[in-house]
Amino acid sequence: MKATCWMGKRDVRVERVPDPQILSPHDAIVRITSTAICGSDLHLYNGFVPTMERGDILGHEFMGEIVETGREVKTLKVGDRVVVPFPIACGHCLSCESQLYSVCENSNPNAAMAEGLWGYSPSGIFGYSHLTGGYAGGQAEYARVPYADVGPLKVPDGMTDEQALFLSDIFPTGYMGAELCGIKPGDTIAVWGCGPVGQFAIRSAFLLGAERVIAIDRFAYRLRMAEQAGAEPLDYEDVHSVLEALREMTGGRGPDACIDAVGMEAHGLGYALDRAKQAMMLETDRPIALREAIQSCRNGGTVSIIGVYGGFVDKFPIGSLMNRSLTIKAGQAHVQRYMKPLLNLIREGKIDPTFVITHTLSLDDAPRGYEMFLNKRDECMKVVLKT
Amino acid sequence: MTFTQNAARDRTAARESRRDQPQGGGALTPALGWFSLGLGLAQVAAPEAMTRLVGAGGGRREAQTMRAVGLREIATGIGILTQDRPAGWMWTRVGGDVMDLAILAGASSSRGARPERLAMAGAAVLGVLALDWLSARQESAAHDGHPAAREDGPVHARGAVTINRPREEVYRFWRQLDTLPRFMSHLEAVEPVDATRSRWRARGPMNTTYAWEAEITEDRPNERLAWRSLPGADVDNAGEVRFERATGGRGTVVRVDLRYTPPYGRAGMALAYLFGREPGAEMRDDLRALKQILETGEVTMSDAMLGRVRHPAQPDPRPVPHTSDHGRPV
Repeated sequence: MKATCWMGKRDVRVERVPDPQILSPHDAIVRITSTAICGSDLHLYNGFVPTMERGDILGHEFMGEIVETGREVKTLKVGDRVVVPFPIACGHCLSCESQLYSVCENSNPNAAMAEGLWGYSPSGIFGYSHLTGGYAGGQAEYARVPYADVGPLKVPDGMTDEQALFLSDIFPTGYMGAELCGIKPGDTIAVWGCGPVGQFAIRSAFLLGAERVIAIDRFAYRLRMAEQAGAEPLDYEDVHSVLEALREMTGGRGPDACIDAVGMEAHGLGYALDRAKQAMMLETDRPIALREAIQSCRNGGTVSIIGVYGGFVDKFPIGSLMNRSLTIKAGQAHVQRYMKPLLNLIREGKIDPTFVITHTLSLDDAPRGYEMFLNKRDECMKVVLKT
Repeated sequence: MTFTQNAARDRTAARESRRDQPQGGGALTPALGWFSLGLGLAQVAAPEAMTRLVGAGGGRREAQTMRAVGLREIATGIGILTQDRPAGWMWTRVGGDVMDLAILAGASSSRGARPERLAMAGAAVLGVLALDWLSARQESAAHDGHPAAREDGPVHARGAVTINRPREEVYRFWRQLDTLPRFMSHLEAVEPVDATRSRWRARGPMNTTYAWEAEITEDRPNERLAWRSLPGADVDNAGEVRFERATGGRGTVVRVDLRYTPPYGRAGMALAYLFGREPGAEMRDDLRALKQILETGEVTMSDAMLGRVRHPAQPDPRPVPHTSDHGRPV
């Protein structure tokens, strides 16, 4: 089959690789019809995630048709059309029973490696380094899906791929980012990063009852898309200080909750210093957005982190966090928990996830898609790849 | 899931207890170490001169031999001077002396050989051999009778895992014994013989196989199971597993405590580290596999983990017709 392979830093190629096979009785094989490039794939592309190996198949947002099932698979059959969540979850451990699917205790066969870096291991993830399992990803023609009874969601007839695809990651991720804020009616939410996840976080915040959403980015086309959802744009390159701008916009109090939808490769105030520290291995991640989110949040407010971080950061404003009674909530999305409710929101017409798509390419053009998305060429927001 | 692992701490303790014990060779051992180092340096730096000195002729081949012997002397010298327990290195010196005598004997037929010098060199080596022998014996004797310091002291590995299943079920699975190879990666087979005795077969480093019989020494259902190998085992071992209720009834804590004498002693262990991993890490992986089997019914596998060989995250081109839990053909 054809698959998008990571061949090194900023080197992605579509290669011929062997077809996947059933390895365990709970596996299914999916023939992929649509897949997408995620902002977090750019962290891999830029070489910021350790434990990538030349040849690793990328991609964790995909959907398609079941073409084979293992002998223990009960709920799916050949021909079913499914969208696959990016975290791999067993469904039986204490985490899964608590609906904390992205920290499944069983699905990372490289748990020892992850424990070395993080203390304990999160779940496995498709196409996202060996640290989270070394699973082949879904920017390919076929993928093996472990624990097929737990993850994949059947897509109803009449719903297009484009409407359902983002249930695999960015819609649930953005939604969870907003949900972690514990939004009460009348709240003001600030969102750092207006990429695809940020866009879904903005819309989810409104769906969950926020009165105002402030969207922070530096690309006009992204801020425009946020405005279309009713958010107030804040271009951080236009202001001296994001903290001061937010203070003014919120009447001196600060946003009730802040969402970091940026993660480890932030730009902004102090970028050069953090980039240098990253290059010198003094920190693995640049927490520019996170620092601002903490400093800017109102007393007693909540900071929700859904942007991806990998390791360690410098100058973490713990004093601001502690003395002002802030709450930090974070996590890779527990996608399995959100798929059905969000599918219903789509069916009810409360949201149409296709708004985020700017480019539809063939799988063969994946390398061009990565380059375009990274460099924000042609106002690129979301690339969907069709097989 | 929580793990505790104390093998590293135990190894540190063993090393510290070695430091406390009386030294065996006294001043003789370090003196021989320095001698080894000095001689070796001379042999490597000026092999032709040394070859002529011992009367072995002056050919290129002789000089090469001299240089090789010199490298061995340097390695031995460093070993003797830096190790807490230089007994092994002293025995290396004894072996080296014997080798040198053989080389000298062989050199007597080479061109330009001077028999009287060769004889003197031989006598000198014999004298050093006597000292080496004495020192090596003293060093070895110093370690006998100190269990913590014995070359073949047991390896101790401990681990714990919390499994989201009732205690009875976890105990029952373990007590069957023939289920153990499903999650213990180094085990090939366990066959129960009668109520308490069983036959075990395990893989060692580099495709070696070990077998032993074991007996259960205590069996408290749903609480504790202890076993030890019977006389005649390839690998002497003893262990226990305890089954405890996790707090809040959140499953079962399984604690394993294992001691075994590694095949070929500590040297074999060091070799095993080169090809595999330390026993504590292996145990943690095994307990993880146990948890996966009991909670999900299978051992989790990714494309990169197939056959436990480093592999990019791509499907493997080899067919996987029917595999056991560890991805090995059944």
